[in-house]
Amino acid sequence: MKYFLHLTLFFILSLAIQTVQAEDSINADDQDQMTQIIHLADQLSRVRLKKIQPILSQLEITGADIVQPMFEAMRAGNLYYLKADKNSQRRPVIVESLGDSNYQLKDAITLDKKGQATKKQLKKIRSNNKIRGFLRDAIARLTLSSENPEVREAAVKNMLASIDEKTIDLLLKARLQEQDDDILELMDVAIALHTLRTSEDAGQRLAALEPLEQSLLPVVRNSLNQLVAVDAAGKYIEADDTLRVRASEMLKDIQQQLDFYGFIETLFFGLSLGSVLLLVATGLSITFGVMGVINMAHGELIMLGAYTTYVVQLMMPNYIEYSILVAIPAAFVVSGLVGIAIERGVIRFLQGRPLETLLATFGISLVLQQAVRSMFSPLNRQVASPEWMSGSLEINAVLSITYNRLYILIFALLVFFALQLIMKKTPLGLYVRAVSQNRDMAKAIGIRSGWVDAMTFGLGSGIAGVAGVALSQLTNVGPNLGQAYIIDSFMVVVFGGVGNLWGTLVGGMSLGLVNKFLEPALGAVLANILVLVFIILFIQKRPRGLFPQKGRVADS
Amino acid sequence: MKLKAAVLRTVSSRPIRAVLKTGLVTASCLLSSMAMAADTIKVGVLHSLSGTMAISETTLKDTVLMMIEQQNKKGGLLGKKLEAVVVDPASNWPLFAEKTRELLSQKEVDVIFGCWTSVSRKSVLPVIEELNGLLFYPVQYEGEESSKNVFYTGAAPNQQAIPAVDYLMQESEIERWVLAGTDYVYPRTTNKILEAYLLHKGVAKQDIMINYTPFGHSDWQSIVSDIKKFGAQGKKTAVVSTINGDANVPFYKELGNQGVSSEDIPVIAFSVGEEELSGLDTKPLVGHLAAWNYFQSVDNDENEAFIKQWKKFIKDRKRVTNDPMEATYIGFNMWVKAVEKAGTTDVDTVEQAMIGITTPNLTGGTAVMNRNHHLSKPVLIGEIQADGQFEVVSETDGVVPGDAWSDYLPGSKDIVADWVEPIRCGNFNAETAKCSGQNF
Repeated sequence: MKYFLHLTLFFILSLAIQTVQAEDSINADDQDQMTQIIHLADQLSRVRLKKIQPILSQLEITGADIVQPMFEAMRAGNLYYLKADKNSQRRPVIVESLGDSNYQLKDAITLDKKGQATKKQLKKIRSNNKIRGFLRDAIARLTLSSENPEVREAAVKNMLASIDEKTIDLLLKARLQEQDDDILELMDVAIALHTLRTSEDAGQRLAALEPLEQSLLPVVRNSLNQLVAVDAAGKYIEADDTLRVRASEMLKDIQQQLDFYGFIETLFFGLSLGSVLLLVATGLSITFGVMGVINMAHGELIMLGAYTTYVVQLMMPNYIEYSILVAIPAAFVVSGLVGIAIERGVIRFLQGRPLETLLATFGISLVLQQAVRSMFSPLNRQVASPEWMSGSLEINAVLSITYNRLYILIFALLVFFALQLIMKKTPLGLYVRAVSQNRDMAKAIGIRSGWVDAMTFGLGSGIAGVAGVALSQLTNVGPNLGQAYIIDSFMVVVFGGVGNLWGTLVGGMSLGLVNKFLEPALGAVLANILVLVFIILFIQKRPRGLFPQKGRVADS
Repeated sequence: MKLKAAVLRTVSSRPIRAVLKTGLVTASCLLSSMAMAADTIKVGVLHSLSGTMAISETTLKDTVLMMIEQQNKKGGLLGKKLEAVVVDPASNWPLFAEKTRELLSQKEVDVIFGCWTSVSRKSVLPVIEELNGLLFYPVQYEGEESSKNVFYTGAAPNQQAIPAVDYLMQESEIERWVLAGTDYVYPRTTNKILEAYLLHKGVAKQDIMINYTPFGHSDWQSIVSDIKKFGAQGKKTAVVSTINGDANVPFYKELGNQGVSSEDIPVIAFSVGEEELSGLDTKPLVGHLAAWNYFQSVDNDENEAFIKQWKKFIKDRKRVTNDPMEATYIGFNMWVKAVEKAGTTDVDTVEQAMIGITTPNLTGGTAVMNRNHHLSKPVLIGEIQADGQFEVVSETDGVVPGDAWSDYLPGSKDIVADWVEPIRCGNFNAETAKCSGQNF
């Protein structure tokens, strides 16, 4: 069967090559081609949006490779013309920003440098989604023979959605030269889909199903779905029974894989949400869990960390890629110092009076919020994401993991284990544990409990600040940032078991997972409510959380 | 989670509020002592300056202050100076009602510019009707309301949502629809109208996905992934977003990171304007859409002057303008014109004078106040650009009159609002020729 398919392919290919050669021989001379391109390019900025697409397809036919940079620039929104040319011939230029609304210009057709211009002197050549979609397809057609395999692969992928006679000719031609296995596979899928749709021959069509096996691409699934679809009367649209049965078997197979990857995806979502919960709660597990201070300003310490990220970014505008790495220690220091100030200034006078501490720290949280509002403005601030944190890691056609979430998951675990080390292996950790277990006894053996309190609170607050750096990559950096997370943090710490760091880890992760596994079925609102109800019931049963502290100290 | 926060707030806000109040009292003492000098016309400004909505509403407070300053430079109104009375309802819906009462009965303001969320407007409504005040509401909303005491200068659904869907249907040939919104009254009602409209247009029920999320939702992974799956079934898909406020930033970030491009699945938003985008890196969002009645990028002299004035007033070269600001601008200018026409600030007289008033809008046309207290406006569809501005890709021919009661909801089909005699009713049933008396 495979040989038969190859034979047909070969036959179609040789036909395609002949037609292309014929076209070559009647190609008009270069001069003529250039004038036409220039004329068409001039029209781009003169016609209404709806009329642009026909001009572009004419450009593609006449221009071929010459128009590719122009198409790419137009798709990226970098194609302009000079306002000075408004009433004469408009030569499109490709611009490159030099900052401060200065632009470097390049002729879009000859690619010669054309000096600089300011934004005011330029007028953009308009486009919209539909035009950009067309450009994407056109670029795919033009780059199918690119030297870069990644470009070729992207080109074939883009073609998949819109396979017609024109693209199939190109594909068949390109397939002959293709060496890369992955791309060959994609091309075979595309060709097979086309055969499936257009061929009359039952054998050919059945053979065309073969390259589609194991493919998770949505187009393949949709095509197969069409084969097994029924019409309004409940009769199968596809007449060929063997084909249909085979297709439905394949669909079953694909569905199984989809379910599996869907599960993996939800698992990752859950862990990712859990890692955010873990990050925001880790600091609190020190201040609330170990020290027993109900710190309602914890959220604002997170917010300060996020604002520190913003300020660091402002200070190093040319190194946005690395600013976030600088922001991590900076945020730790800023939030830590503010935390120490809060502890020394307010909390230590309220020791052993949880209600007053709650009210006082809530007051502090409002003060901090309003302070940020007056210093930075009530509007959200823009924190740019570095390139290496944008986009996603594509594992296959249906499963991809976003980089920012992945890094934050790793980061949360790093922070958690670093804190574990501090608590277990450093003198500070030892003092902290001693003071939290028995303050008077610790004092008696010469530990300065006041100093330890301040340091512990500073540590917890600093970690809150570090959480803020991570959150700045996920959500708004604004005065209300902290409020959104304070309840979550308390929830995690109480659920995990007050005073137990491992409890915080398990608590955060399991709440994240439960939430994400409920969400697809129930919706975000109901999932949240159910998680809360679940925690309330759980706390009724086990008031000290998942991992309660044991021993005499905990009981007293 | 919200609940717990609310409990905490009531426990602890008493002393804080007391402090705030003394602050406010001293502030207002200062203001009133200044006002003693001359007889003034008082303009109430009821926008949240703290809390979740401060991000959007602070701008509108500043816009009103700017308009007042400008009017005073022109010599005031009816020979008197205008005086702003600013209160802070702090994104707290019941507090909106209290503050309205304070503005009307204690401060005795002649007009109020205020509110953003529908729930705040709904909580103001009974008070403003009871005390016969005048409110200008400048934000796009879900309709299904027309009060004698309120003028709606933002868009009704037929001036934003319906034309947006039409655009996507005709221009982008969309066949599958995701209606995503924040879980409260505006998105719920708008989506109800949109769903009815789509079904009416022949879209199958299984081609519509509706999703609601809580206020300030920040973990969009599952939802964006669902949208991706919903959109990967062969038919062209679009998202109609009524997601409000802060939640948009993480939503768009997630869209960008998961690689949902505007060419595959365009998102059209009704609550995302220039201001929301200014807190966001817009490069991954290029091509996603918004439907409004105004964009900063609209090129004409009035708009240029307005932007210049705004930047000068706010002393920030980078501040942007947006649609609710234009609505505030139109509302203020209309009120000034109506007061001049009526020769008094008396609410009932001004209310009648308002109907039929025209002022230039900022998009090169004319805004008209209709008999149902809604404006006639042009509808613009814009695509997000890399610089955080919108480029207009479609514009209605002429203006669209605002429809208070949607034609696509079974309960409101026959209802019209008409505040001119002899009907003079916000909820008049054309079938039974009865006025229910209830305007919302």
